[in-house]
Amino acid sequence: MTNQKSMRTALGRVRHLGAARTGTDHFWRQRLTSVAAIPLSIAFIVILIALLGRNHAAAVQILGSPLVAIVMMLFIVTSAYHMWLGMQVIIEDYVHHELTKLIILMCNTFFSFALGLACLYAILKLSFGV
Amino acid sequence: MAELKAPVERPLSPHLSIYRPMLTMMMSIVHRITGAALYVGTILLAWWLIAAASGPNRYAEVQWFMSTIPGRLILFGYTWALLHHMLGGIRHLIWDTTHGLGPAEREWLTAASLVGSIGLTIVVWIIGYLVMGGMR
Repeated sequence: MTNQKSMRTALGRVRHLGAARTGTDHFWRQRLTSVAAIPLSIAFIVILIALLGRNHAAAVQILGSPLVAIVMMLFIVTSAYHMWLGMQVIIEDYVHHELTKLIILMCNTFFSFALGLACLYAILKLSFGV
Repeated sequence: MAELKAPVERPLSPHLSIYRPMLTMMMSIVHRITGAALYVGTILLAWWLIAAASGPNRYAEVQWFMSTIPGRLILFGYTWALLHHMLGGIRHLIWDTTHGLGPAEREWLTAASLVGSIGLTIVVWIIGYLVMGGMR
């Protein structure tokens, strides 16, 4: 056993962790990001409408203004995390070959992080105008 | 020695092909489909933001594409997928609290999320066209 001197019982160590060893962590993060996504999605739609029909200069000015930029970055981080978790569940449901599943799960992580980072970079560039 | 036996006919647990289609079931599937669609749709978001950060020419390309019929259809679909996934998500959050799971309530909630998402999408697009000053 890992720690013979532990005060915790064997049951106490494994309780609530389940087969994936992470317990309800995935479920909870999915719910946490979904709650955050409700006001942020509404804000995102409002920002989109505010940008309709405006030229590049006006769009840059709005997207780069502090409040809009912060809301957009919160929306991006929340969305990227939420879609990463969600697509993981879809992959685990439908892909049963172990190696294929592992590779697609990695691609999901790369895609979600890359897109999230790309969007964040764009917002930061618009904000600081470098 | 154990001999290879013919597979035993065992009862299968009910699955999609057994149940008759129900609204809650269909909307559960649609929730997943809209989630996956939004996943792919994030590419559009990234394209749009990177274009804005790249300069007027790149931004004009995005604006041109979004003004074409396929562009408008994709945007309309994205709007509906986002709103439907959001309302469906709110429904699931209500269910997570063990409320609204009764036979009548769950049907009502599910129908409301579908009607609500279609209605909200139309409202958002009407506002959008009003902001732009009419159809164009």
